[in-house]
Amino acid sequence: MLVLLGIAVVVLGFIARINSLLVILLAAIVTGVAAAVAPGVDVRVLGQAAIGTLAAFGDAFNDNRYFHITWLVLPVIGLLERAGLQERARLLIARVTAATVGRLLISYLLVRQATSALGLTSLGGHPQMVRPLVAPMAEGAAEVQAGGTLPDALRFRIRAMSAATDNIGLFFGEDIFIAIGSIVLMVGFLEQAGIIVEPLEMSVWAIPTAIAAFAVHGARLLLFDRSVKREIAAAADAGVAK
Amino acid sequence: MITLDHAYILVGLMFGAFAVLTLGDRAHPTRIRSAVFWGLIAASMLFGSWLGGLGNGLLVLALVAVGGLKKLGVGHPPTTTLAERREGAVRYGNALFIPALIVPLVAVGGTLAAKHTGAGAWLLSSTQTTLIALGLGCVIALFAAMAWLSPPVMAPVQEGRRLMDSIGWAALLPQMLASLGAVFLASDVGGVVGQLVSQAVPLTSPLVAVVVYCLGMALFTVIMGNAFAAFPVMTAAIGLPFVVVQFGGNPAIVCAIGMLAGFCGTLMTPMAANFNVVPANLLELPDRDSALNGVIRAQIPTALILMGINIALMYAFAFRF
Repeated sequence: MLVLLGIAVVVLGFIARINSLLVILLAAIVTGVAAAVAPGVDVRVLGQAAIGTLAAFGDAFNDNRYFHITWLVLPVIGLLERAGLQERARLLIARVTAATVGRLLISYLLVRQATSALGLTSLGGHPQMVRPLVAPMAEGAAEVQAGGTLPDALRFRIRAMSAATDNIGLFFGEDIFIAIGSIVLMVGFLEQAGIIVEPLEMSVWAIPTAIAAFAVHGARLLLFDRSVKREIAAAADAGVAK
Repeated sequence: MITLDHAYILVGLMFGAFAVLTLGDRAHPTRIRSAVFWGLIAASMLFGSWLGGLGNGLLVLALVAVGGLKKLGVGHPPTTTLAERREGAVRYGNALFIPALIVPLVAVGGTLAAKHTGAGAWLLSSTQTTLIALGLGCVIALFAAMAWLSPPVMAPVQEGRRLMDSIGWAALLPQMLASLGAVFLASDVGGVVGQLVSQAVPLTSPLVAVVVYCLGMALFTVIMGNAFAAFPVMTAAIGLPFVVVQFGGNPAIVCAIGMLAGFCGTLMTPMAANFNVVPANLLELPDRDSALNGVIRAQIPTALILMGINIALMYAFAFRF
């Protein structure tokens, strides 16, 4: 039971907003020491357990270095950004602009899922795409519908939905790509358990959920369109009543 | 034959170059600490296998001390202006996507070639083939982009450093969580959680096991803020012993869909700061500091429906293939 203290450390660390690297290392050492706690065990033994856990953590850290191979893509992406990759992506997305918030976000969902499935997860994201591009375009589409400014509550709902669409497109697209972190993690975990699985065997099983995610969130975005229309109409009525 | 060790050397040299250039960047807000941070990662990539467990443990301790106690700054290496980039976007057109697409294509093509052709098997090691092929793809794409765009020689390293700085300490997060998972595994945390769960819910049928595993993944992800951290614990506790071993589920399907069930949890938790809190801040939502901010509320319905779908998919496929 005591070994669950490590999980408590992780939870408390996140609640207290302490840097995750620090929290993770602490949680590992707490877990290792807690596992050594037994009646009659003295402090010296616990100290040895702490050092032993640090060594075990170090071993695992060394075995898991392969996460960093994916960073080899950064110089290429950086070079292409230097030449205008993001601006090109913006031009491309601007062309598929549809008339409504929902349809615009459905197009973005599709692009986000498809590019993530190809491993191009860094083409989207909140600082790079959502704030400068997706959210303003979605708000703009609603403003055209409203024929003027939007009520604040609606404006914030549209922004939140833009961010949500980016996350959902990323999460349910990226696992189709074979070299993404989570696939690497799962393959490594199963290998440690003595089960050899190829990344490709795993990533194909992300496809059904990816399709379901597009259908579910796409349908919600169409419903969102109706709710936006209703709110615009209600705001217009209220304006007239005033 | 290209093996994982060659890829590690390449990654080590890249981080070493980041460290040297950061050290030379007088304008960098955390010049020394950032240089040491990237330098330590370079050391781990180049020499990790000779350091031993405790040596690597001390290296982690140093990394956490340098990168985990205080924020790392972001450097501004020489790059192009927005106007130049807009001009580039028009001049180069959609061909800009081609080098970016070379990377995943070589990764997939190399993996398949190593499996099914003699030349591929000769070229690429059979362990971690995909990652080695991905590294190869990055090198090919880099040469292609350099030949085509002919930027300054140091541009790829400077641009790489710019992006690496913006990722910062989070670059270590997956590796750290995987190592925490190894410690959890060694201390049998999964076993204890599994015992607690199986005492509370008797896992007597494949359906119950699948439901408990998927819900456990989502719930644990909500607590830990990260499906990567939940995965080793819940899979060791319920996924492997019950769904796979006892009821004969296919491990690839169970893990793949189990992870996606965890992602449903990520959509519902403020602990997943970079996905749910950062955008609320960036978009200046009025409720950005509340536990269930607008972004999370927008995601919850999709997450709950997909949770049900994941359970259904795992139950439908895992015992059939």
